[in-house]
Amino acid sequence: MKDIVRGWRHIQQRYNLIGSKCSQCGNVFFPSRVLCPECRRKGKIEDFKFSGEGKIHTFSVIHTPTDEFKTLAPYVVAIIKLEEGAQITSQIVDCDPDMVEIGDDVEMVFRKIKEEGEDGVISYGYKFKLKN
Amino acid sequence: MRFYGGIHLRDVAIIGVSQTKFGELWDVSFRDMITEAGMKAIGDANIEGDELDAMYVGNMSAGLFVEQEHIASLIADHAGLTPIPCARIEAACASGGLALRNGVMAVASGYHDIVISAGVEKMTDVVDPTPAIATASDQEWEAQQGVTFPALYAMMARRHMYEYGTTREQLAMMSVVNHKHGAKNPLAQYPREITVDQVLNSGIVADPLRLLDCSPVSDGAAAVILCPAEDAKKYTDTPIYVKASTQASGTIALHDRHDITTIDSTVHAAKKAYEMAGMTPKDIGGVEVHDCFSINGILAIEDLGFVKKGQGGPAIEDGITELDGRIPVNPSGGLKARGHPLGATGIAQAAEIVWQLRGDAGKRQIEGIEVGMTHNIGGTGGTAAVHILSR
Ligand SMILES: [Zn+2]
Repeated sequence: MKDIVRGWRHIQQRYNLIGSKCSQCGNVFFPSRVLCPECRRKGKIEDFKFSGEGKIHTFSVIHTPTDEFKTLAPYVVAIIKLEEGAQITSQIVDCDPDMVEIGDDVEMVFRKIKEEGEDGVISYGYKFKLKN
Repeated sequence: MRFYGGIHLRDVAIIGVSQTKFGELWDVSFRDMITEAGMKAIGDANIEGDELDAMYVGNMSAGLFVEQEHIASLIADHAGLTPIPCARIEAACASGGLALRNGVMAVASGYHDIVISAGVEKMTDVVDPTPAIATASDQEWEAQQGVTFPALYAMMARRHMYEYGTTREQLAMMSVVNHKHGAKNPLAQYPREITVDQVLNSGIVADPLRLLDCSPVSDGAAAVILCPAEDAKKYTDTPIYVKASTQASGTIALHDRHDITTIDSTVHAAKKAYEMAGMTPKDIGGVEVHDCFSINGILAIEDLGFVKKGQGGPAIEDGITELDGRIPVNPSGGLKARGHPLGATGIAQAAEIVWQLRGDAGKRQIEGIEVGMTHNIGGTGGTAAVHILSR
């Protein structure tokens, strides 16, 4: 149930990589923030769409996941430095985990994230894959 | 601590400490563990329970682990200490450190005189504690992407290896040294030594971290009794003084750090602690650091100022963190060998440093220690608490 409401509330962020930008200082945020941590009340927050391109800053290969992600193991998770500046945590898919390296170029893909039980809601959102 | 922030504060002393055995304590309940720790600390301080003015209890997630909130009332009740006020303090794995700090502030300010700061976690009543532990990270933007808590620390480890050339063997050495010390601690969950090979051949949890890089799932409780320093000699011949008690916040999500190989909250809390105590890292004779994962032990000795950034790995390999080294780290065995019942850890760290400073640490005694430090982290560094204690 919580995934339905959460998923719906964040559809723009999770499907389209819409974060936010402070036009006062130029900092970009993903996920979006309603307050710029640097400018605080003086900041001006607006929606900002990320291109979905970035580089792998660091990563791990998960062999012991939680139940929800058990069928994926082993799978790659990474912190990705997006081209526009913010960093995002996501899975890296469509590759042999041994191929992934720090500094690799990646791009966003739209995928199933998880299912809430057999008859439950399916959550979708961003993952990333290596660029050729 | 006087005149800190322009206000006259009372100096604070620790007059009693305790820790239950840490481990998978199937036969002991949440309420029994914390009651045992409280009774032992009160006995150690030579006071009666009804002399307490207030109780602070660090606990991360009784709601998820034992399906019980409102544990402050439950604990006061089962300790036979109603109507003394009790408050639960939560900051994930730093809950204990914050409970200690809240107790120190209460006594220093003059609001209360005798206070117990305790910590407790019962983690083995659930089949899989992983989802509960994951709530220490950013639930919506880390955990929901399939990122486990060990994977976050694994990503710090990989970046540290990439930037500074830290080796897999150096990470393993952090666990090996912890176990070397923990083997001498009868209250430790795993009081036995391990080898580098055992670490390197243990199962992969989140590459590059393996099972023996990770602190275990643990049950346990610990407690300390605080009073104004000027009264301490009434209760004990060996009061231990609180020279600094600090805390700092960091971003909840790892991806929002400017440098993920530095835990800024540790740096800030340590800087303030050295200022408050009028000390430098050279004054510290032993430290209990928050090695929830081997990499965090390495980050800690760097961020607390004992070695330069990037030098943590080689330093451990050189033996400087052993009991007879330049800066003995985790004489108790640390989170890895003593065990890590989340909310209890910050208090157990303080209990260990008190035993060390009293000269009561048995076979794991650091010779000649005059000043000790504790370092307690919540999540991946969203919260850090640092304490400096002295004879
Ligand atoms: Zn701004």
